[in-house]
This record gives sequence, structure tokens and C-alpha cells, in this order.
Amino acid sequence: MKEVRLMKGNEVIAEAAVRAGCDGYFGYPITPQTEVIETLMEMKPWETTGMVVLQAESEIASINMVYGAASCGKRVMTSSSSPGISLMSEGLSYLAGAELPCLVLNVQRGGPGLGTIQPSQSDYFLATKAGGHGDFRMIVLAPNSVQEMYDFVSLGFELAFKYRNPVMMLSDGVIGQMMEKVMLSAPVPRMTDEYIKEHYGDWALTGKFGGRAGNIVTSLELDPAIQEQVNEKLQAKYQKITEQEVRYEEILCDDAEYFMVAFGSAARICSKVIEMARADGYKVGLIRPVTLYPYPSKVIAQRAQQAKGFLTVELNAGQMVEDVRLCVGNHIPVEYYGRMGGMVPTPGEVYEALKDKIINKLK
Amino acid sequence: MKEEMIIAGFGGQGVLSMGKILAYSGVMQDYEVSWMPSYGPEMRGGTANVTVMISDQPISSPIAHDYDTAIILNQQSMDKFENRVKPGGILIYDTNGITHHPTRKDIRIYTIDATEECAKRGNSRLFNTMILGGYLKVRPVVTLENVFAGLKKSLPERAWKSLPDNEEAIRTGMEIIREQI
Repeated sequence: MKEVRLMKGNEVIAEAAVRAGCDGYFGYPITPQTEVIETLMEMKPWETTGMVVLQAESEIASINMVYGAASCGKRVMTSSSSPGISLMSEGLSYLAGAELPCLVLNVQRGGPGLGTIQPSQSDYFLATKAGGHGDFRMIVLAPNSVQEMYDFVSLGFELAFKYRNPVMMLSDGVIGQMMEKVMLSAPVPRMTDEYIKEHYGDWALTGKFGGRAGNIVTSLELDPAIQEQVNEKLQAKYQKITEQEVRYEEILCDDAEYFMVAFGSAARICSKVIEMARADGYKVGLIRPVTLYPYPSKVIAQRAQQAKGFLTVELNAGQMVEDVRLCVGNHIPVEYYGRMGGMVPTPGEVYEALKDKIINKLK
Repeated sequence: MKEEMIIAGFGGQGVLSMGKILAYSGVMQDYEVSWMPSYGPEMRGGTANVTVMISDQPISSPIAHDYDTAIILNQQSMDKFENRVKPGGILIYDTNGITHHPTRKDIRIYTIDATEECAKRGNSRLFNTMILGGYLKVRPVVTLENVFAGLKKSLPERAWKSLPDNEEAIRTGMEIIREQI
């Protein structure tokens, strides 16, 4: 049942959700990710797998429908773009506080405010540090191709259930709107009610019918001493995630003197820049964080031992560069290059910046 | 084999679907492909463009700095993209509506009067496949057989009745493209 297709990143999310045995999608249209719900509506999975696809009245409603369905141990998701994700912040915090699994796709556009509909990576801070109020973390996956848009849906669900935690896929208008070849895997059936009872019966609301004690799904705790224990438990979980779930890709790093760090669409542009730089004889490598939380801090710190300098390339004003500086320290330069507001730099522009800010200064 | 191209014109000229047919044709030929459109308000009346890459190697960046080939279908796109064709590259344009013709000497320039040809036939819907035919004549990156297969794949089944007309338009485009001396 494996097959190759040519699809848009957004369209493939719909295909991936159905094939991953997703129980429900709740969303509200917003460019540049509306094809997700459009494709799902066209696929009519409620007639085949029984998956629910529902256009809610708002993003706030969507994320709270996700909360409700996730409370029942269901495999559920939503998707939106930057302004819509802001509206979901409260719900994301509640999901994290109640330790509920879910997948949230953010196909980023330029901001702040309504901003533009063109591609951006300006929600790095939002995704990795400030998804909502309170001390919580989301696992953040950053796909850089249509294939990864597909693959990270099932990976996202797997991690969400493994840690009972929201997972955010941080994509952007480039990856969402482009078409590439994608290999689709064989469909996985939806979980049966018996499966959910057996595996998640200790927390999910499955209907208790005698037998076990009642499960309570809540993020409210009025006693600060108990709330602190809840926080400590969450922090221990995040610690485990940082130890076990770091994912990254290194391209031509072994002999590199200069390093670029970029994720998602910016990493695609940088992989072309590396080809250009290598052709000119410069030893440049690329570190691509695949998980933005947990961050591949160790590998960047290790590479800093051999590096003369780092350049982060981001479609924002320089957000991830702060994390790279934390990993590298002060002994070598860590510079940033990027464009904002929906402008996407070409490989040529990035290569000029790399020479200007790093190579020519340090060689 | 590696082709990095831009197709640019007005929304409604079939720019994005021409790119889609090419991308599908590349898939039929077992190549790697990427199709990166302009999207949003541009599609609703302004200029529209799509970057298509076809390669026998994995494609690193779907965003290009300059292009092996530019297919240009209005003046705004000519102003924007003439200078972004690589030296030695190809520029193909329909002269209809072009007031400032391209002047570069370091690229090969072709004209294709597809608007006029479609008007003669009274079927403007074949415009983009005719242009595509012209392109394939000068840059045969995929076989005609795979283009026809890609064309079919890129269309919904309800539109398959238009396949013979579009195949013929591709052949016509191959005949009417001219090198600008």
C-alpha cells in the first residue's frame, strides 16, 4: 500500500492524518494552511475510517475541541497559522497542564498581528518558549520537506502519547504550499475503544462502568503545595524528553570550519548555500535542528570546538540565534542572517551574508 | 540533469498548472521535482509565478537565486525576471502585451505567439499547454510521452476529455516557437 505522489505540504497533512489513524481534526481556515481542512473535507474520512473532520467556529473552539477529544484518549489534531495559533495559546497551556496528547500544526506566516500571508519562521519563540502561560513545554518538530510533513504526523502522535504532551509541528508557507514527491505509508487503523481503555485507561475518560476509580482531567489545583508537585512532575517529564528525543541532521559537518544552523525551509535554502560555498573551497557545514524543543544543544556545543564561526539563518528577526549562542558561548562569533515579513531570501543572498558576516571576517 | 525554472504571468493564464504539468512529467520520468508557487492575493488577479525544479539529484533549495529558464507571460514579469536568467540560459515569452522586449545578449531568447494562435482557434484555454510545447521544443528535459502522462495525472478525471486538444496544443507550441535573433 506504499505509494509515491506529488503533493503540497498542506495536502499531505490530511493524507497523513487519515493514514495515521487520526480520530479527529478540528480546525478553522487561515492562509497559508487552508488546504489541510479542504483536503480532509474532500477525502471524507468519516465515510471510511470514521475520523471526525470539523470546521469549528474559531481557533479557540478548535483547540478546546481538541482538549475534549484528547481527554477521551483519542488521537486528535488541529492546524492553523500564526495569528490562529496565538488564539490557541490558552488551550495549549491547558492541554499541557492536564497532560493531554495532541498534534498542532503551525504553518507560519509573517507577523506580528495579522501580518502577511507569506512564509515566515517568526513563531520560533512562541513554539519553543512561550506556547502559552505557565511553566510548560511542547515538543516541537520542524519539517523541511513535504515528506517530513507526512512523516512527522505519525511521529508527532507517537511522541504526544508517549509523553502525554502537546506536540507542535512548526512549518511555514514554503513547506505548506510547495509540491514535492512524497512516499505514503500503509494506513494504520484507528485505535479501538478497547485499545484506549487498555493503554490509556489510567488517565483517559473512557467511561468507568464500575471497576476502576474515576479519572479526573484537569489543570486546576488550588493548593500551591500540590501544584508545585504537579510542576515538578512536568519538569521531570521535560527533562526526560530533552534526554531522549533530540533529533537533528548534520550536512558536511565533519571537516567544516564554518557552520550554519537553520531549520525548516531556511535549512533547505542553506543546503544549497553549502553546495555553493564548497564549490568555492570554503569548508561550510549545516546543522539542522529537527526538534526545536528539545534543542540539539550538545551537538552544537561539540561542533563549536572545531568551528571558527556560526551563522544562523532564519525567516525572522533572529530568534533561534539566542539558543545557538547559549550552546556555543563567547569564544567564537555567532551571527544571524534573515529576512522578515514574508520575504524569503535566495541561496545567493544567504551565501553573500555568510561570506560577509563570517568567512571574510575570520579567514 | 538539472533544470531550475520560473514561469511568470497573470493569475488565470494557467501559470501554476503549467508548472504542475511539468512537475508531474518529471515524476513520470523518475526525476526529483519541486513546485513552489506564489500564493494568496496574487492568484486572485495580480501576477502569479511558480518555481519548478526538475533534477536527477535530490533538490536542495526549492527557492532559486537565478534560473536556467524563464517563461514570461506579461510585462511585469519581464521587468522582474529578465535579469534573473543565468548567463547562457533561456528566456521564452509571448509577445502579446509586451512593450519592452528583452535585450540581453548573453542568453537565448525565444518568442511564442500563443495568445494569437489560441485566438485564431477560439480556445484560450489551450494557452498554457501551447507555451509548454514551445518550452519542450527548446528544453526537452522530459520526453513527450511522459509529458502526456504528466498532463493526464495533473488533471482531475472530469477534465480528461480535454486531453487530445491539450496534446495537440503542445505539438502546435513546438512548431510555432521562434528564436529571437
